[in-house]
Amino acid sequence: MLKKRIGSFGIILIIALIFIFLPFVYNNQSFLFNMMLYIALAEGLNIIYGFTGYLPFGYVGFFGAGAYSASLAILFLHFPPLLSIFIGGAGAFLVGIILMPLLKLSGAYFAIANLAASQALYYIVANPNLESITHGPYGISLASIYNPHASYYTMLAVLVLSMIIVLFIRTSNFGLSLLAIKEDHITASLAGVNVAKARAIAWGLSAFVAGLSGACFAWYVSVFYPGTVFSLNISVIVIVFALFGGIGTIAGPLVGALILYSFYNFIGISAPEYFQLLYGILIIVLVLFLPDGITSILQKRKIYVP
Amino acid sequence: MFEYTVLAGIMYGLYFGLVGIGLNLIFGVMRMINLAHGDFIMLGAFLAYWLFHLFGINPLIAIAISCVVFLFLGIAFYYIFVPRLLQSKDPEMLSFILFFGLSQVIEAIIILSFGNNQRSVPSSTFGHSTFSILGNRFPISWLIVTIVAILVFIAVYWYFYHTKLGYATRAIMASRDESLVSGINVNRVSAFAFSIGLILASIAGIFSFFMIGAAYPSMGTNLTVISFAIIVLGALGNPMGTIIGGLIYGLAIMFMQTYLSSWSNLLPYLLLIAIMLFKPEGLIGKTVRSA
Repeated sequence: MLKKRIGSFGIILIIALIFIFLPFVYNNQSFLFNMMLYIALAEGLNIIYGFTGYLPFGYVGFFGAGAYSASLAILFLHFPPLLSIFIGGAGAFLVGIILMPLLKLSGAYFAIANLAASQALYYIVANPNLESITHGPYGISLASIYNPHASYYTMLAVLVLSMIIVLFIRTSNFGLSLLAIKEDHITASLAGVNVAKARAIAWGLSAFVAGLSGACFAWYVSVFYPGTVFSLNISVIVIVFALFGGIGTIAGPLVGALILYSFYNFIGISAPEYFQLLYGILIIVLVLFLPDGITSILQKRKIYVP
Repeated sequence: MFEYTVLAGIMYGLYFGLVGIGLNLIFGVMRMINLAHGDFIMLGAFLAYWLFHLFGINPLIAIAISCVVFLFLGIAFYYIFVPRLLQSKDPEMLSFILFFGLSQVIEAIIILSFGNNQRSVPSSTFGHSTFSILGNRFPISWLIVTIVAILVFIAVYWYFYHTKLGYATRAIMASRDESLVSGINVNRVSAFAFSIGLILASIAGIFSFFMIGAAYPSMGTNLTVISFAIIVLGALGNPMGTIIGGLIYGLAIMFMQTYLSSWSNLLPYLLLIAIMLFKPEGLIGKTVRSA
């Protein structure tokens, strides 16, 4: 365990160093920010999907909840940015607690109910009747605290946090109990695992990471609309990143996000339809031929993937 | 006002029953959620649009053409994806993701070939006349859609209870393994049922112009969620139960639009979550599915 843990720490350290120093040599900061954002989200999704098998199709709901909680804390309570980022994570965590009953649904039912929940949240936030609180469909402006550098490094901190959470789950007894539940929850509970509690913790951590990421995104872009932070595309992109790399590992979502987001940046922005087409084909091919992601190629050869 | 809302709700409800029934049929037979369901509705709508604008073909005749097109499409899709999926570790979850990929491909192809625009068949296709029930006037197109929906339900019922293929389909819905053992060609029957599901979706698409407005390439996702809400409301895996779900949904949406319009777009999502949490077997179903 310890050796594996140190190895994984090495990866996290390297990623952190890369993102600390890359802005000095590569000046497309927004690309780097989004890269970190998507890695953090893919790792956050990995916590719940990779270790418990629950596919949160409405994962973007936590992201949006985080963005809005943080923004409202800044606009109405005049909290400093860092505290507001934390409030964003807490807001998403709260949404996670409210949605906890969904965990009693299984498989695709959970996925669809979660999708519906995120859309419901979007329609509530974007409702013109709530304009005095959420600014309804007109969006939020945080121009007064706009600070790309500070928010960039805050996002880096969130990224490191998300990877450390996955690292600890992956190399701890808690992670093993989650995997046991994923395989067979009845047997796991007979073996003394508190199924409901373990799932709830994973769910809460996953929501918290998405909320922090959403809050950082809100701070970084500083002007956004409800449609931006509740876009179903975010859920989908993150799920595909995680699946492409391979869920249940730290390296999988990381590799998936690094490769696919670079690819997206290459063609997705100039020709979104072609990107959507390739993306769809990629999903189909993945599911049919490589359902455990590209890191599974190594795992099949008995090579340990952190 | 109240009478109008109820009558419109029933007509809408029957149409929404038609929107959901294909998804429920496919779910019942294959235990897979066709997340591209809404996109097949969109394809039906675009087919009707092009047939109307290029050749002046009436939407009612478009039904026959779409039956042929989607029969072949359905059989092809079934044999490409499903047998391979059924062998995998977790077919239910993987099919969910796979059909999502398919929906992205369909949407992208339509945008690439026809542009990201709204398309419509004018409701004057069926003339400008109106009809009235209990003193409330409705456009004639609503009556036609209602009649089509009822005829489709009768046809589906007849298929299930009066044809050999329908018996086999129901057997597979009850137990895939036992049907295999008793000599039913499960793949062939399922492929046909999958095609019927797509045909039903496309028929809902052909008439979408008159009930839910213009068609556009990304309309699918929303329709899939609405369909899912409807089939969960009725009974998952029981196609005829979809009619009940559709009626409840139609009436609810009409009442929301009449009395609480600004929140009406929340309705399908809240209904879906509520019913899944408190009565996951649907209003008339028996099967319970929870973790």
